[in-house]
Amino acid sequence: MNQRIGEIVGISGNMINVKFEGAISQNEVGFAISGDERLKSEVIKIQNDIASLQVYESTKGLMIGDRVEFSSNMLSIQLGPGLLTQIFDGLQNPLPEIAEKYGFFLPRGVVLDSLGDDRPWHFTPMVKPGDVVIAGTRIGHVPETQFTHYIFVPFNFLGEYTVESIVDEGDHPVNGTIATIKDDRGQTIELSMQFNWPVKIPIKNYQQKLMPTETLNTNVRIIDTFFPVAKGGTYCIPGPFGAGKTVLQQITSRHADVDIVIIAACGERAGEIVETMREFPELTDPKTGRALMERTIIIANTSSMPVAAREASVYTATTLGEYYRQMGLNVLLLADSTSRWAQAMREMSGRLEEIPGEEAFPAYLESRIAEFYERAGIVELSDGEFGSLTIGGTVSPAGGNFEEPVTQSTLKVVGAFHGLSRERSDARRYPAIHPLESWSKYESFVPAESIRIAKDFLFKGSEVHQMMMVVGEEGTSIEDFIIYLKSEFVDSVYLQQNAFDEVDAATSPERQTLVLQKIGEILDVEFQIENKEEARKFFYDLRQAFIDLNYIQMGTDEFTRQEEVINDLIKGAVEA
Amino acid sequence: MRKVYNKILSISGNVISVEAEGIAYEELAEITSWRGKSLAQVIKLEGNMVYLQVFAGSRGISTDDEIRFLGHPMQVSFSDDMLGRIFNGSGEPRDGGPPLTENVIEIAGPPVNPAKRIVPKRMIRTNIPMIDVFNSLVASQKLPIFSISGEPYNELLARIAMQAEVDMIILGGMGLKFDQYMFFRNILEEGGALGRSIFFIHTADEPVVESLMVPDLALAVAEKFALQGKEVLCLLTDMTNFADALKEIAITMEQVPSNRGYPGDLYSQLASRYEKAVDFEGSGAITTLAVTTMPGDDVTHPVPDNTGYITEGQFYLKNGRIEPFGSLSRLKQQVNDDTRSDHRAIMDGMIRLYALYKETEEKRAMGFRMSSWDQKLLKYGGRFEAGMMDLSVKISLEDALDRGWEILAECFTPEETGLRTELIREYWPVDLDAAEEESAEESADDQAEAEETAVEETTEADTETTDEVTKLDG
Ligand SMILES: Nc1ncnc2c1ncn2[C@@H]1O[C@H](COP(=O)(O)OP(=O)(O)O)[C@@H](O)[C@H]1O
Ligand SMILES: [Mg+2]
Repeated sequence: MNQRIGEIVGISGNMINVKFEGAISQNEVGFAISGDERLKSEVIKIQNDIASLQVYESTKGLMIGDRVEFSSNMLSIQLGPGLLTQIFDGLQNPLPEIAEKYGFFLPRGVVLDSLGDDRPWHFTPMVKPGDVVIAGTRIGHVPETQFTHYIFVPFNFLGEYTVESIVDEGDHPVNGTIATIKDDRGQTIELSMQFNWPVKIPIKNYQQKLMPTETLNTNVRIIDTFFPVAKGGTYCIPGPFGAGKTVLQQITSRHADVDIVIIAACGERAGEIVETMREFPELTDPKTGRALMERTIIIANTSSMPVAAREASVYTATTLGEYYRQMGLNVLLLADSTSRWAQAMREMSGRLEEIPGEEAFPAYLESRIAEFYERAGIVELSDGEFGSLTIGGTVSPAGGNFEEPVTQSTLKVVGAFHGLSRERSDARRYPAIHPLESWSKYESFVPAESIRIAKDFLFKGSEVHQMMMVVGEEGTSIEDFIIYLKSEFVDSVYLQQNAFDEVDAATSPERQTLVLQKIGEILDVEFQIENKEEARKFFYDLRQAFIDLNYIQMGTDEFTRQEEVINDLIKGAVEA
Repeated sequence: MRKVYNKILSISGNVISVEAEGIAYEELAEITSWRGKSLAQVIKLEGNMVYLQVFAGSRGISTDDEIRFLGHPMQVSFSDDMLGRIFNGSGEPRDGGPPLTENVIEIAGPPVNPAKRIVPKRMIRTNIPMIDVFNSLVASQKLPIFSISGEPYNELLARIAMQAEVDMIILGGMGLKFDQYMFFRNILEEGGALGRSIFFIHTADEPVVESLMVPDLALAVAEKFALQGKEVLCLLTDMTNFADALKEIAITMEQVPSNRGYPGDLYSQLASRYEKAVDFEGSGAITTLAVTTMPGDDVTHPVPDNTGYITEGQFYLKNGRIEPFGSLSRLKQQVNDDTRSDHRAIMDGMIRLYALYKETEEKRAMGFRMSSWDQKLLKYGGRFEAGMMDLSVKISLEDALDRGWEILAECFTPEETGLRTELIREYWPVDLDAAEEESAEESADDQAEAEETAVEETTEADTETTDEVTKLDG
């Protein structure tokens, strides 16, 4: 193939303008050559003979006249066994390997193989010579941590192919040929266990997409009970800085009941993802008894890493999620923060001098956000199996104001909204999800009636509270006051959850159902208390008993004893 | 010798353009005008047009002034000779001492590989309860003080700096007033820390653009010392001035502003500086404390807003106190689990109650009658502000925690605190059994007016709890 090249004619920030000859395509990857460094770039605009490229590296030191080589490929990542447990940058460079080779800092222009090592994978074939296969057909599988990792005919192969040869069961490196297939023109193609996929194109090798219905247990009470997430669904967590978006995603990444978690640390603090990177190999997943890292892939393109690669990181993470969904697994993608991704688009749009929309975001912001969340879904695969990709993204609205383009565009497309409130985080009511403003279109596993009662009290309690701020406590009737105390009680012992306590951090569905039912009993009682001080004392005692319960492992004697303490308290009040 | 140009084609704001060849992006040039020499940096290349931002400002620059490209980006000399020295925003001496030229390093180097970072675990004690108890400071943290002008933020910065046990202090001053600059100098001198300090100072009377390099200069030097094993504390004041300089250049370059005139990449610009804070495994660390003044006391202003999204918390200084609301140390949980078992509970519990106090205070201000619970909260609020929030309080973390329990016990019964029983048993300062009996009596008194059956039930329940306490104590 002839090498197509161009020449830099303009540089502004991380955008270069390149004069080229011949044909190049939109989103094609090019390399700007600076000395012996090759700076990866992507074509984002073409006008006449000038292409604008966003450079995935610092452009410091580039000059007018420097050469650019075009690659003919769109920005792609490698798919194959060995992705799990890895830590990549936004372009799928393995960060630990870079660290090993280059030390503390991220050098420019380094591209390392994502599935680099030649460790053997134990391959078991699933097709035989003569079989007809198409894109997405499973031709074999290898064990990868606790999963069966299927090896596919690459997803972009058009038409039918006939298997010519396939290796026997045994150990093979990821890049070795494991099969040869022939297309209808008789051309033979060699397949290995890995292939490339352009990240901005969704993987759609499934029969059909279905409505997400099954709850994805996050083991966070306020979410699972009141604002649940469904497998294959989407949700967003907008909130001002410090309200708890990242902590919420961190605990979800640990406790969510899914097969695989992909964490995209997109343009936020490096320190936060380091916690996950360091802790996950040590933590065990109670469900499987294996290290949490074995079900995790981390994409870390943090705030001081190149901005253009930040834009790509979200797509890289999504593609990895879609890939594992093809194996019939439930995948959860957590992106923190989608606003940084949107800002990366804004920076580029500004350099391209596009007509800006609101807050200078590009006009296509909304459609890009919609396309991103659209890649989630529960799908029926060709063999009748199901796989799901759930996407949860944090949003970091400027000034904490949800009336801004990224939050608004996101709210239009997601299935659940977990809005974090500054008021609640200031008052240390964590997780600071606002119980009255948040919503979910998905269903919880907790009986609807329990939820309705609790929600009702939260709503009425907040009304009484507001009224009390106007008329004072003495102007409030004892009935209203008790409603308020009940809502505060639900808030303190159920909505609030201590992310840093081993037991309280994760509440199983059974436990949620049980506790909420208990709470429902209490809410149901019409207490005959005459005096507000007394009412307060009673509910504070009750609160104490429930808070203590929250810290006790379910199924222990201590738990049963504490339940009895609570039962007695309730009984005492009911009989009164 | 590099080629010299003397035909400036445009001057707009602090940006000039010339036609030149073979120039690299972000390369430096030196401009000689009748006012003297100034550095300028390439910020855009378009064909043969080269755009440069002039650090000393464009005032008085003539179209035939001489421009000499230096063939390298911004650099700074790095050596132990820098200790005790004071430089300006271009890295040149402003203390009358000799210029340093050997061992030059590039500034604004590549980011640290996240895979090489470690989880910070070392607490920096300040003996300020609002920090140590409620928002612990951790080595390698990046944390600004949010404040309006007029607050003693530089005093607070200096106090923490003097308290922190670090090997060296690097001060980056942007738009610093002369007396503030002298204040830092004097306080470091008094504390005997001047000899292990380096100043990069841009003062308020100098052109705004000249402050643009200050954070990068300070952090590049900090990074080198940290790699040599030094614990470096980097103080940056005031980052709002830095952001305003960015804004000025962006507007001159006709970039589309995103929010109140600030460029869309403000977040990335601030992040690339703040993210230099790091703990190098097996070597030193950089801790960055900054000041971000908030125009109009508005925390949603783009500068504090973007900063809050980047830094690992913030100390919100208001009315001479560190406010519990709005203040945050995101790294506190890395260190407050092995200080004392009550640390976290006191930290959250006292603030939860303080939030209730604030509400009561609001009601009181509106003239409502205060219930006995309100009275308790009012008492608590007063004690909390005097015993914990006041910046004159200077006690160790442990003493502050003890004081926390004392304040709680003076104001509340144990269950009113919402703290878990286990901790209350361990730390509640007064004799619990006695207190239980007393409160049982009290409630019995109250209930005398209520229905008789209710009295019996409640008293029974109370007695049971008391029994349990006795059992566990025994
Ligand atoms: N669920 C929680 N429990 C206890 N503390 C929390 C919780 N969520 C957040 N926090 C506190 O708030 C800080 C900021 O949370 P973080 O998730 O980093 O905020 P954001 O990502 O919204 O900026 C944390 O460092 C922690 O101290
Ligand atoms: Mg966050």
